[in-house]
Amino acid sequence: MATLVHSLGWSVLRFIDHLGKITVFAGRIGRAVLTPPPRVGPFIQELYNLGVLSLVIICVCGLAVGMVLGLQGYNTLVRFGATNSLGAVVGLSLIRELGPVLTALLATGRAGSATAAEIGTMVATEQLDGLRMMSVNPIHLVVTPKALAMIAVMPLLSALFIVCGMAGGYFVGVSLMGVDSGAYVSSLEHAVDFRDDVVGSLLKAVVFGVLVGLIATYRGYTCKPTSAGVSAATTSTVVVGSVTILIFDYFITALWGV
Amino acid sequence: MTVAAGTDAHVVFDDVYMAFEDREVLRGLSCAFPRGKISVILGGSGSGKTTVLRLIGGLIRPHRGRIRVADRDISGLSETQLYTVREKIGMMFQGGALLDSLTVFDNLAFPLREHTTLKAAEVADEVHRVLAAVGLSNVDALLPGQLSGGMIKRAALARAILMKPEILLCDEPFSGLDPISVKRIEALLHGINRRQGITMLVSSHHIPSTMRMADHVVLLWNQRVVSGSPTALRDSADANVAEFFNEEVDASLALAETAQPHARPRQISAPLPR
Repeated sequence: MATLVHSLGWSVLRFIDHLGKITVFAGRIGRAVLTPPPRVGPFIQELYNLGVLSLVIICVCGLAVGMVLGLQGYNTLVRFGATNSLGAVVGLSLIRELGPVLTALLATGRAGSATAAEIGTMVATEQLDGLRMMSVNPIHLVVTPKALAMIAVMPLLSALFIVCGMAGGYFVGVSLMGVDSGAYVSSLEHAVDFRDDVVGSLLKAVVFGVLVGLIATYRGYTCKPTSAGVSAATTSTVVVGSVTILIFDYFITALWGV
Repeated sequence: MTVAAGTDAHVVFDDVYMAFEDREVLRGLSCAFPRGKISVILGGSGSGKTTVLRLIGGLIRPHRGRIRVADRDISGLSETQLYTVREKIGMMFQGGALLDSLTVFDNLAFPLREHTTLKAAEVADEVHRVLAAVGLSNVDALLPGQLSGGMIKRAALARAILMKPEILLCDEPFSGLDPISVKRIEALLHGINRRQGITMLVSSHHIPSTMRMADHVVLLWNQRVVSGSPTALRDSADANVAEFFNEEVDASLALAETAQPHARPRQISAPLPR
């Protein structure tokens, strides 16, 4: 029992320690953003790495989720004779919840882990120390462009996921199940409020982008300079990132109503 | 022991303690590295050679004690303040530490683009001049991953001397290299030191190179530090110091013998008939 309490206490202390360190790390990124010169080149490169290279996985997953939603939604609504509301069900589910959350989870698995691995490898091979010895701040040159790019691409990827999901739902509902296309689009149009639903969804995606960007860069930057350390940083980025996204999703939904 | 910084000391350690978690690496290290000379830091694995270099570069902070670099105490400086000190220092890392996403040319051009207002053509000229000085040509477009170990070391050396530092730190420049590459790097370091008068601090456990190139040797051994000229240490009356030099020499001779297992027995067992 004493051992259990002891290890629990250590876990709590470690958690608080990490929380403090990641806050300081976020502050350093914030200060680097305001420090000239702006790193436009690395930022654009990261937009490509994190955004463009994630397009296929986001489109495929969005389409698949939309198709499942269309099928499940149709099978449920048909019991109540409300299949004309399929567009609203698919649209609202994707915009308010599934779009930002699943996009963030996918981005964590693909782009977040890649970011942590890349920075971790630079730590292990002393590339970041090499930058410091050249009087170049690695937070400014390496970390900040990656974190900012993650924040920038997350709402865009989320929007793309939602659009692909709606197309998937439309395909299943209208083309396969025979729902009237006018009813599908009309119910979607009437149900979705731009300010409450769309803007809220994009804001949620921005928050997730901040979280994933921060966790991935922090884990990579603070990893042990060994291959096992890089591996652990990558794994923990995915685990901690995913759990954090789901926890924040609840609080954002509860507090903002999005 | 406290070392009074001599007028010719470029880097001075004064009662420096350093530990990693529970492992104490440096216990009250006091020593000085002369200006414009080649100092070799010798010692076994884990004796703190690399730690000394990283402390001088400000990459890690001592737990106690003072470190003076170019007449400035760097022990309490912030990271931003350290940047001005590092402008006087070049560092050649053990693994090169070249940015693996950039070509060799861009790796070398990077500090020039960051810290100077040179035009593109001038940057290219400077990079090619330094690459030629270390004996590398036609490698501009190659990535670090496409270079051999010796080429990586030379590219790293080129990057370290590009900004004309006062102090050059070389972390294990001979590790993992064949004998020809060792001599090539050794000649490069020696030539750069003699031509430009750069203070060089080289961590190594390669005794033959040390004997050939060092002006000053600092031996880290069993938490002790002994310094002097290479010949003075080799001929030291201190049994431990002499043992370190002789053991290393013995080991390198044994290695050379095992690399040519058939050479000597044949000569001995099969003399030519009269």
